[in-house]
Amino acid sequence: MRGARRRLLLLGGALCVIAAAAQAEGVKRGGTAVIHMNAEQGVLNPALRASTGVYQISGKFMEPLIDKAYDGYVGVLATEWSSSADGKAITFKLREGVKWHDGKPFTCDDVAFTAMNLWKKLLNYSTTLQANLEAVDCPTPHTAVFKYSKPMPLELLVAAMPDLGHPVPKHLYEGTDILKNPYNQKPVGTGPFKFVEYKRGEYIIGERNKDYWRGKEYPYLDRVIWRFIPDKAAAAAALEAGEMHESGFNGISMEDMVRLSKDPRFDVGPKGFENNVAHSTIEFNLRNPILSDLRVRQAIYHALDTDFALKTIMRGYGKPGRGPIPSAAGANYTDEVQTYPYNVEKAKALLDEAGYKPDAKGIRFKLKHRPAPWGEYTQLWGEYFAQAMKQVGISVELVTNDAPGFLNGVYRDHDFDTASGWHQFRADPAVSTTVWLRSGAPVGTAWSNQFGYKSDKMDDLIDAAAVELDSAKRANLYHQAQKLEMTDLPVIFAMEHPFLGITNKKLKNHHNTPRWDSSSWYDVWLDQ
Amino acid sequence: MRRLVQAIPTIILIMIGSFLLIKLAPGDTVDALVGDMGGADPAFVARLRAEYGLDQSVFVQLWRYMLKLVQLDFGWSYVYEQPVIEVLMSRLANTLLLMVSSLVVAFTFGVALGAIAARRAYSWTDNMISTLGLVFYAMPSFFLSLLLILIFSVKLGWLPVGGIRTIGAFKTGWADVADVARHLVMPTAALSLIYLAFYMRLMRTSVLEVMDLDFVRTARAKGAGGARLMFHHVMRNALLPVVTLLGLQFSTVLGGSVVVETIFSLPGIGQLAYTSVVKRDLNTLMGIIALSSIIVVIVNVLTDLIYAWLDPRIELK
Repeated sequence: MRGARRRLLLLGGALCVIAAAAQAEGVKRGGTAVIHMNAEQGVLNPALRASTGVYQISGKFMEPLIDKAYDGYVGVLATEWSSSADGKAITFKLREGVKWHDGKPFTCDDVAFTAMNLWKKLLNYSTTLQANLEAVDCPTPHTAVFKYSKPMPLELLVAAMPDLGHPVPKHLYEGTDILKNPYNQKPVGTGPFKFVEYKRGEYIIGERNKDYWRGKEYPYLDRVIWRFIPDKAAAAAALEAGEMHESGFNGISMEDMVRLSKDPRFDVGPKGFENNVAHSTIEFNLRNPILSDLRVRQAIYHALDTDFALKTIMRGYGKPGRGPIPSAAGANYTDEVQTYPYNVEKAKALLDEAGYKPDAKGIRFKLKHRPAPWGEYTQLWGEYFAQAMKQVGISVELVTNDAPGFLNGVYRDHDFDTASGWHQFRADPAVSTTVWLRSGAPVGTAWSNQFGYKSDKMDDLIDAAAVELDSAKRANLYHQAQKLEMTDLPVIFAMEHPFLGITNKKLKNHHNTPRWDSSSWYDVWLDQ
Repeated sequence: MRRLVQAIPTIILIMIGSFLLIKLAPGDTVDALVGDMGGADPAFVARLRAEYGLDQSVFVQLWRYMLKLVQLDFGWSYVYEQPVIEVLMSRLANTLLLMVSSLVVAFTFGVALGAIAARRAYSWTDNMISTLGLVFYAMPSFFLSLLLILIFSVKLGWLPVGGIRTIGAFKTGWADVADVARHLVMPTAALSLIYLAFYMRLMRTSVLEVMDLDFVRTARAKGAGGARLMFHHVMRNALLPVVTLLGLQFSTVLGGSVVVETIFSLPGIGQLAYTSVVKRDLNTLMGIIALSSIIVVIVNVLTDLIYAWLDPRIELK
């Protein structure tokens, strides 16, 4: 524990090294970076809406306590962090000399106010994470002590901070209706860019913050503009015509992505999206007596040719999944789990054994399948599933809906036999992944246990890991949960894949952190 | 005036019908929001539902909505976090600009080409105009839009890909007008070509029909020359069915603008309607429906006025 603590302390200083490295190239100052966004954002406050769409924009205006770099966690508004021996008090040293965009100093009061009123009460995912938070003390203006009623693993809190740790200025929020506060739409932060204008349906403009705490030379860009282009083909055309510099999170179609990757003007790939890996899944409704038979679920897994799907749907970007925790999760991941390689004969044998013999037309049984409408990957993955099942004599009827229809059909009405979608991993298994496998969530909650899966052993593992302070023991608990999931199979985590981005090479220092699109871009510059 | 008053019950019926129709779609705006966010905990979802009034029964919601509507309050858009009226007004100008310019282009060129084709019926000119019209009429607007973008933006680099203004250029006065006009060239072309084909074919038939009528022969006998005969006698009479179609089609152009606005990322009512359905933004959608019904009613009254002007035999009562 002491060793881990010292290592975390050291990482706070790693920031200065990165800053110095960026100076080395022949940096050009000035210019406007134009960035593509698919969908509009109603709320631009990352302490109220935890969503990559929000971070992509607000990340330039508002900064988190801690961010993630390729070599670990680095302090942004916090400089050091440590935990008490019992795990019930976590202390952050806050950066001094940081000012909000309106000139007021950033202090522990802001952190305490945000933690108690937004992170604990209003921010999605964070309300679960901070459920046991009792108080935040401010012994000095730049020390924040988080007090918990149950032990809070330091590494869990640190891993959650880049997404769920953005303070808001207390002086603009205190005493107001936080949800209706106008600054939710015109954010005031400490970041390298100041919010200028949000023209609905068109663009958002951010302008250089002349008073940025990292020093007068930062940021290099004069302006960042986000353009809202809902049509993917039109967005690809705008990139090609040189009107935009970057589009992240699969903002254009795979077809255009592959085509433009051959164009020497662009960098295309998954680099810079490592923090946001997702699984493409096949989800079972265990209330269906056919699917409650483990052999049937195993047969379905054996009938899926994941390598083929990876090659055709994801164009080779991705790898086969090994349970709920992706390989990008580091120590909490293990690949020593049971696997189900592609084998049609074995699948057929398992189905025969379960008592589902093909009828005269070669059909064993029918499934009602709901593919999630989360874009190209999930659509095609759902279609592939239907195709693959046909090979082993399972007839799949596809029921396609838009997002609200899908969420209601699957999570509230449980009106499905199988569903396909994706599940995003959020830095630590306890943030969102285990919620999916734990029993007891109210019906209708999106991305909670829709399978009707209940395993006391799984519940115990999840609960124990959530309060385990020792990293090695915690990792071991998650390995066990992963193994258990791969034998129980309430859901098939078939493929692990990153998001893809496309960037004009004029934009320098791009995708140099694992959550680059959400980061502050203080070191980004334009070569023109 | 009486016509306008008569329109009010129609609009109210439309509003109630649409409200119930939208409520039939599975899921509400909170589901859409949660889908966008990639999930949220149950307490968060319940709090949002209560805040938006979505925990009430459909009829309570309808009653509340109609009460507010009577006071001309369109409510609050939870997707844009702005009053609906503000969201609508910021986009209305763009849509009207696109619609009016498309219809003007479609009408002027359609009528002119139709008249020319009829004058030289069954000639080489007529055949070419008619074939082109058929091609434009058959081409889906999304395909035409993307084709235009590919040719004029990506390959030639003459026109901007989308949007209404050059972002971050902050032009003022005539430079701004020129900038907006440049951005509207392709959307207007994409939207008007289909309707142009409509008007052209109708005008051609209509002119051919009128040319055979007795009064045209009389006019010719009186010695009216080619141009006078065409403009004064034939076209004025041939325009009547075309104007009817223009009035009727105003509402379909509003529908067609959904596709064109989405592809050219023009911030207009059509694009707004599309995203509002996807996000189940009930208040905004209802606002759009109310606004569109009002526009259509006004256009119908205007059509009647034009009738009376074109043909004095028709009286306005």
